[in-house]
Amino acid sequence: MTDTIAEHADSTLYKGEPLVQMTNIGKTYGAIRALKGINLTVNAGEVTCVLGDNGAGKSTLIKIISGLHPHNEGTMKVDGKEVSFSSPRESLSHGIATVYQDLAVVSLMEVWRNFFLGSEMVSGKAPLAPMRINEMRRIADQELRKMGIVVKDINQPIGTLSGGQRQCVAIARAVYFGARVLILDEPTAALGVKQSGVVLKYTAAARDAGLGVVFITHNPHHAYLVGNHFVILKLGEAVLDKKRSEVQLDELTRQMAGGDELTELSHELQK
Amino acid sequence: MSTPVKTDPSPAAPSEASNRVSLGLSNRLLARPEIGALVAAIVIFIFFLIVAPAFRSAPAFFTVLYQASTIGIVAVGVGMLMIGGEFDLSAGVLVTTAGLFNAMFCYQLGINLWVGAILSLVLCLCIGFLNGYLVMRTGIPSFLITLGTFFILQGVNLGVTKLVTGSVSSPNINQMAGYDSLNWIFAAEFEIGSITLNITVIWWLLFVLLSAYVLQRTKIGNWIYAVGGNAASARAVGVPVTAVKIGLFMTVAFLGWFTGMHYLYNFNVLQAGNGVGNEFLYIIAAVVGGTLLTGGYGNAIGVALGAFIFGMTSLCIVYAGWDPNWFRAFLGVMLLLAVMVNLYVKKLSTTRKVG
Ligand SMILES: Nc1ncnc2c1ncn2[C@@H]1O[C@H](COP(=O)(O)OP(=O)(O)OP(=O)(O)O)[C@@H](O)[C@H]1O
Ligand SMILES: [Mg+2]
Repeated sequence: MTDTIAEHADSTLYKGEPLVQMTNIGKTYGAIRALKGINLTVNAGEVTCVLGDNGAGKSTLIKIISGLHPHNEGTMKVDGKEVSFSSPRESLSHGIATVYQDLAVVSLMEVWRNFFLGSEMVSGKAPLAPMRINEMRRIADQELRKMGIVVKDINQPIGTLSGGQRQCVAIARAVYFGARVLILDEPTAALGVKQSGVVLKYTAAARDAGLGVVFITHNPHHAYLVGNHFVILKLGEAVLDKKRSEVQLDELTRQMAGGDELTELSHELQK
Repeated sequence: MSTPVKTDPSPAAPSEASNRVSLGLSNRLLARPEIGALVAAIVIFIFFLIVAPAFRSAPAFFTVLYQASTIGIVAVGVGMLMIGGEFDLSAGVLVTTAGLFNAMFCYQLGINLWVGAILSLVLCLCIGFLNGYLVMRTGIPSFLITLGTFFILQGVNLGVTKLVTGSVSSPNINQMAGYDSLNWIFAAEFEIGSITLNITVIWWLLFVLLSAYVLQRTKIGNWIYAVGGNAASARAVGVPVTAVKIGLFMTVAFLGWFTGMHYLYNFNVLQAGNGVGNEFLYIIAAVVGGTLLTGGYGNAIGVALGAFIFGMTSLCIVYAGWDPNWFRAFLGVMLLLAVMVNLYVKKLSTTRKVG
């Protein structure tokens, strides 16, 4: 798996090169402050794990990178140039692909149309050039099989698949189209053990191929299996920001569970 | 754009799902939006063959096709717009605006009709753009925005025509330069044996085929279904939602202009109050043809069948010697039935997992 990912990843990537650099990023939704003073670097060939409680601001953070919301404060650089994406299309054109937690597929459309939506294969440059439908069907089917998902009919509306299967389609397409940066927002939350394993393998393969990966999860065990760098968010601020060499799994778990609050809680419960 | 990352099949991947089934033919058919309309069209066709003897001739059939084309051309655009999740209530009066502008502008200045026709096209595209821009910019439902445009155009059609001509009809333009060529393009009639084929029927079929091609085979068609089915998800994967929707409003406006040109060069004189109410006929054609009111589902063939059913019933009620007022009641029943069939078909096609 690793070899072929390497073949198709952007060949100009070299390990350790910063792909996305966020400095002092802040974001408010009207009166609600979702993020404050975040510094985050996504390096080529590394998995950056972002952990945190519900509402900590993880999804907000990655939506800034993927162009869904612009940031209000701080600066973001992609490939060394300062940017503020105004649409996901711009982010995609930088080779950044995202699996969103809350943005599902278009349920009335066929599986293969969903897979290629926004990145359709066409023969020719004209706006009305025909799509290469058979090829798209074949590739979508093949990419899903690699994840261990075999749909009954690649032409069936995606709304007829199970929630986890739909999630797999979203992951498979991001892996297929993300050439430089892959962002996964709680990709394993809806998945079974086997598919979770496949997603983790994909994550590792993308990392080894030189892509920068942002992996968001509530599960410190999953994070520790693949992560090179760990950031824990709490109420919009980073409370932990460490390299793998500086942190142990139990520290992550403890911080995730609330750190000192947990010790307090256990005292409380023992009473 | 990004280059794809490819991976080998993971060794654990099953080569074939044990529960993989190929859906039966009947289920595949049921999942198609236009099936309800096709069945309805055949039933109504046979019904009128029986009750309306005057319908049993080739000339009558071609008159029905002509009648269908006058609604069907704009309905092609309205159907695509509805698949894209939006409405246009201004399309009916826009048709009249297009013709009135062309006639009065050229008549007053005494210039070639082609100039007015092209300026009229520009005007219509601007109105379509404005509809789309306002909907996307304000987030107000298109139903309300285009209801506003509908009233504005209706008022302007009557007001300006009265100001310019002193009456509610446009001047006769059949003696002006450019008339013959425009008349041929928009309103030519071909006598073939006993039948009369109006050129709008040919245009209608061409637009239907083009729309079917765009919707099924091009990426823009993919985007139209996506923005209607789930605009937020479509945007997240890079579909230019705003551009697609504005483009759809402009497509409707273009086809409205086209039909306006037909009326002008067919009748040479237009009544400023015309077109009111036709916006509903376009929407009914689309819905009867299997288009979902909520967007994301439907196709061009279905919309064409919807327009055909409209043409057939509106004329055959006359052929059968009935009071034409029954036509509206009939249309209402068709609409209700269609909405229910659509809901049922949609449910079947999205919940069915095994054939
Ligand atoms: N579109 C929005 N409008 C207003 N507030 C928002 C919006 N999106 C997120 N928020 C707020 O921003 C904060 C962070 O939300 P976010 O979705 O980033 O959390 P999260 O860390 O991804 O949580 P979870 O683990 O539940 O996915 C929350 O307080 C949320 O209410
Ligand atoms: Mg989240």
